[in-house]
Amino acid sequence: MACIEARGLRKAFGATVALDGVYLRVEAGRILGLIGPNGAGKSTALNAILGLTAYQGELKVLGRDPWKERDRLMADVCFIADVAVLPRWMRVSQALDYVAGVHPRFDRAKAEAFLSKTDIKRTSQVRQLSKGMVAHLHLALVMAIDAKLLVLDEPTLGLDLLYRKQFYDTLLNDYFDRSRTIVVTTHQVEEVQNVLTDLVFINRGRIVLASTMEAFETRYAEVMVGPEHIAAARALKPIHERQVFGRGLLLFDSVDRDELAALGEVRTPSIADLFVAVIGGQASEAQGASA
Amino acid sequence: MTIPSDTAAQTRLDPPPPPPPSLSAVRPFYWSVRRELWENRSLYVAPLIAAGVVLFAFSISAIHLPEHRLAALALDRATQAVMIALPYDFAAMAIILAGLIVGGFYCLGALHNERRDRSILFWKSLPVSDLTTVLAKASVPLVVLPLILFAVVVATQLIMLALSTVVLLANGVDPATTWSRLPLFEMPPVLLYGVAVLALWYAPIWGWLLMVSGWARRAPFLWAVLPPLALCVVEKIAFNTGNFASLLADRLGGFGVAFTIRTHGKVPLDPVPGLDPLGFLSTPGLWGGLIFAAAFLAAAVWQRRYRAPI
Repeated sequence: MACIEARGLRKAFGATVALDGVYLRVEAGRILGLIGPNGAGKSTALNAILGLTAYQGELKVLGRDPWKERDRLMADVCFIADVAVLPRWMRVSQALDYVAGVHPRFDRAKAEAFLSKTDIKRTSQVRQLSKGMVAHLHLALVMAIDAKLLVLDEPTLGLDLLYRKQFYDTLLNDYFDRSRTIVVTTHQVEEVQNVLTDLVFINRGRIVLASTMEAFETRYAEVMVGPEHIAAARALKPIHERQVFGRGLLLFDSVDRDELAALGEVRTPSIADLFVAVIGGQASEAQGASA
Repeated sequence: MTIPSDTAAQTRLDPPPPPPPSLSAVRPFYWSVRRELWENRSLYVAPLIAAGVVLFAFSISAIHLPEHRLAALALDRATQAVMIALPYDFAAMAIILAGLIVGGFYCLGALHNERRDRSILFWKSLPVSDLTTVLAKASVPLVVLPLILFAVVVATQLIMLALSTVVLLANGVDPATTWSRLPLFEMPPVLLYGVAVLALWYAPIWGWLLMVSGWARRAPFLWAVLPPLALCVVEKIAFNTGNFASLLADRLGGFGVAFTIRTHGKVPLDPVPGLDPLGFLSTPGLWGGLIFAAAFLAAAVWQRRYRAPI
């Protein structure tokens, strides 16, 4: 059974189409990055997965219909929206008490152990904690839950670099094992490149690219080409080209690496570069069409 | 006798798999109510402050207690009881009034604040159903607050009793006049009956406030208060009648049918009112109100369940 299975997922808010027929299958044990520009439908897709919004089409999360069975589903699914959703009046000890009280799979000792590695005091209210501390508190609560699926919606938004690094390190080292599934959306793609096992680009409510990271690394190649080879390189139909220090940086899709090696230094592109090539290309096409 | 120790060893080494986690309905409900009290401490702080004010005023008035008591003792025995009970009744009313006001504001915020501060995304990330959440919130004005008010009033009245006993003793007046005239064993049950009657009679008001709280994007207070007022005005201007206004007035003050209060003019004849539970239970207004309360709560559950959380 796939962890998430969406077929023809559609959601419109009035005339605005947020999800326009999304097909997505996420197997258990994967870490999927859902990457897209603002307003691409990422949050709507996550809300549908979490049972927070109604939708058309077919969606099964852990075999359940999230819209009909949110409360039961949430016994196996954890969710961190951007940092500011923990109630500000709540004390750290109350958060522990409450989650321990309502969640059948919460291991309080685990959360306590994780918190004891931080400066977070049990008696503090959430409003007294820094943004980074709130994120860590939420992570401590979530990591102590033996869930099958963890959904992260911009989990590191507004955090400083140290906290962001720590966040993903903790997640990978102390939480993730091959039986769990993580879905994460973020704009800070460079931070998750080495974390992900799967990559999905979403734009204007549609999935424009879906790939495992292994396939991504073999399929896409970036070559730094000097002026002398630029014509030969362009003949191989790069999907994107930009200029860096007077040399061309060309991005190729499914072109033989040996062939490319003759033109210059070949390396795996960053997700961000591919994102610009794929989504940015679409945006300029759209602008060209409307102009 | 090796078998038991073997079993024990085996249990230690190989613990039985934990029982499948069950989503009992009671635990989430219990913790949901507790979290309401964590967030809304005014539910018990406000009645306690009212009790403090009452006790402060009572201790000032205690300066004249001995002379008032001597004057009261010159009257007939029934009037004595009424006079002596008066500050105790007043204390109860002041504390209950404070509780009702706090209860109103609680209900207006209960389903609104979580959307305003986006914490609803946290609450909804936990395996607690919307029905459980709304029922936990509704149980605050219907059950928890009445019990808080009962406890605070009884404690306040006990302190008043102790205070007056000390003052009378110090002034050489027999404190037994308080203890024998006050219906000490009737007061708590009557009070408990009273807060229960209020909870049931006001149930549609609590339900309405909760529903508006979950529905209004902003200014739930205005949305809760202005439409009923507007309806009164429209009815008055359009038909020159005041049916809706008198319906509202009856909802605010009509719980009196639960009591039999004998008066002489405006002066009550008994230190505690008589109870008329049958009269209360046979009032159509009670059952009509409860039906409305259930409908409002169902709407509140529906909204939290099916509307976009923010």
